Amino acid sequence: MTKPSQPAVFAPWDDPKETPLISFENVSKRFGALTVIDKINLNIYSREFFALLGPSGCGKTTLMRMLAGFEDASDGTIRIDGQDMAGIPANKRAVNMMFQSYALFPHLSVANNLAFGLKRSDMPKSEIQGRVDEMLRLVQLGKYADRKPHQLSGGQRQRVALARALAKAPKLLLLDEPLGALDKKLRQETQFELMDIQEKTGTTFVIVTHDQEEAMTVASRIAVMDEGRLVQVDTADRIYETPNSVYVADFIGDVNIIEGAVDSTEGEHATLRWSEGAAPIRAMASDGISNGSKAAFVIRPEKVAISVEEPKDRHNRVQGSVEDIAYLGNRSTYFVRLPDGSLIKSQVANNRRIKQRLITWEDSVWLSWSDTAGAILPN
Amino acid sequence: MRKFTWFNAVSLTFGFVFLYIPMVILIFYSFNASKLVTVWAGFSTRWYGELINNQAFLDAAWVTLKVGFISSTIATILGTMAAFVLVRSGRFFGRTLFSGMIYAPLVMPEVITGLSLLLLFIAIGLDRGVTTIVLAHATFSMCYVSVVVSSRMATFDESLEDAAYDLGCTGWDAFRSVTLPIIMPAVIAGWLLAFTLSLDDLVIASFTAGPSSTTLPIKIYSSVRLGVSPEINALSTIMIAIVTFGVLSVSIYSKRVIERQKREEQLANS
Repeated sequence: MTKPSQPAVFAPWDDPKETPLISFENVSKRFGALTVIDKINLNIYSREFFALLGPSGCGKTTLMRMLAGFEDASDGTIRIDGQDMAGIPANKRAVNMMFQSYALFPHLSVANNLAFGLKRSDMPKSEIQGRVDEMLRLVQLGKYADRKPHQLSGGQRQRVALARALAKAPKLLLLDEPLGALDKKLRQETQFELMDIQEKTGTTFVIVTHDQEEAMTVASRIAVMDEGRLVQVDTADRIYETPNSVYVADFIGDVNIIEGAVDSTEGEHATLRWSEGAAPIRAMASDGISNGSKAAFVIRPEKVAISVEEPKDRHNRVQGSVEDIAYLGNRSTYFVRLPDGSLIKSQVANNRRIKQRLITWEDSVWLSWSDTAGAILPN
Repeated sequence: MRKFTWFNAVSLTFGFVFLYIPMVILIFYSFNASKLVTVWAGFSTRWYGELINNQAFLDAAWVTLKVGFISSTIATILGTMAAFVLVRSGRFFGRTLFSGMIYAPLVMPEVITGLSLLLLFIAIGLDRGVTTIVLAHATFSMCYVSVVVSSRMATFDESLEDAAYDLGCTGWDAFRSVTLPIIMPAVIAGWLLAFTLSLDDLVIASFTAGPSSTTLPIKIYSSVRLGVSPEINALSTIMIAIVTFGVLSVSIYSKRVIERQKREEQLANS
């Protein structure tokens, strides 16, 4: 896919000669009878911005705490830079963490918060002040060095927490929901700031988040987790475009899911029987489906076209009636009820003013999509 | 707005009269020139002067301060450690029993605490004196400290300690440089409480005191049994003054600190 004229693409995970910075080998974690992490294998490479994404309770925070050294693996090996981390406590690891609550020391000034880790490292005393100033410049908080954390705004505290975690120049920085406490506008600005700082310092970042937009914006790769397992580890575009399971498709972004059984497979394509009397859906086949097996067709709402006329040139077309329209300003989502009772979403850009809209409630419309727009996944 | 009614005014007056009339009378008669406690014979500070020359009272006051200082310090250290175990260790075998046993002395009759300590000291052959009062006071005031400190610990954000470890602290270093400074106000409050309890205590001290170690409450009690002298009134007035001053300054200080922090936070968030 990538053109040879673009050698600068950062994709160490595709290079078999690269050695990973972090590797999980068959790592499990159990609390009593409860398995929180279930035999995970994962490689994370140097300079990556890696996101662990999943709903609460999926094990992403435990995975992060195992990297930080707050939890030990019950089974398996975790290596950082080739070294087995078993039995190495948090204060002996070249790993630092930015906490969800920021965990700034309330009794220390901003400068002393930043110096806290440096004073406990082998850095000579004379160099500490210089490093603190450097970090203050990095997060643009030079004026606030003498303030206490409670005298800062939420965004400023977030930057102090980031600077403190970066001060010791760790090999690996862990970020636990770093932007969770910020409001939406500030969060978007800060996402780009984070990426900028990550690039400037060349540190490997591992971020834990439940916000898929955040993960897709900042991360080089995303691991989608569910119940202690990794469901899919891939770049944002591949997770969105070619999810490997209904779970991933449903978790990331908005999606239409039509359940049925595989009718036939031929090369890249497969067809799905989904409703009595309706023509089977033709779409991209994914691994793990076979003739007659239960499967689901998934397609993003923006890839479903809506029209009044029947699009005869398309194989995949169904008729239904508009049940609801969600107007979102720049785009609208049409909720179309099919004869078999299922509801399909179609999202279109609002190129025209709303008064000139061709389709309205109760209209009979055609929905259509190309053979490559959606995928048939095992269900 | 709520109205100020006659009913409110009357109940307020009665309440305060009930609480403070005895003390006001005591203070009033401490300035009595007469040797007879209940006969007013004009204003005088004579009994305060005599108090300064009463070596027995001064000795007792010194013993009381010494006992209060040492016992409240021991109680603060032990009580803080107990609070830590209670709040931090999560669930362990016997946790409920342990916490119950820490708080039990709060409701234990003092006579029983005093008696049992007396029996213990006799059994191990420890001569009664300042040491035994210190041990006894540390024992009963420790649970008050642990109540105060554990209520602060319950709201302590544990990720602060995680952050300290993450930045290279050992366990002791994290406690010394992060946890302790943050919970310090509660520890100081616990110390003050233990100190006040030790100053006040009569029952346990009278069980555990020896002949050479009379505390002020014991001294006052034994002299009152021989008849109330105006000197006792003067001494009590001084104690009331000290306690009032202490309580007022602590509450004004803590109120100011909290108000200032609130203001600063509001400024930072606007």
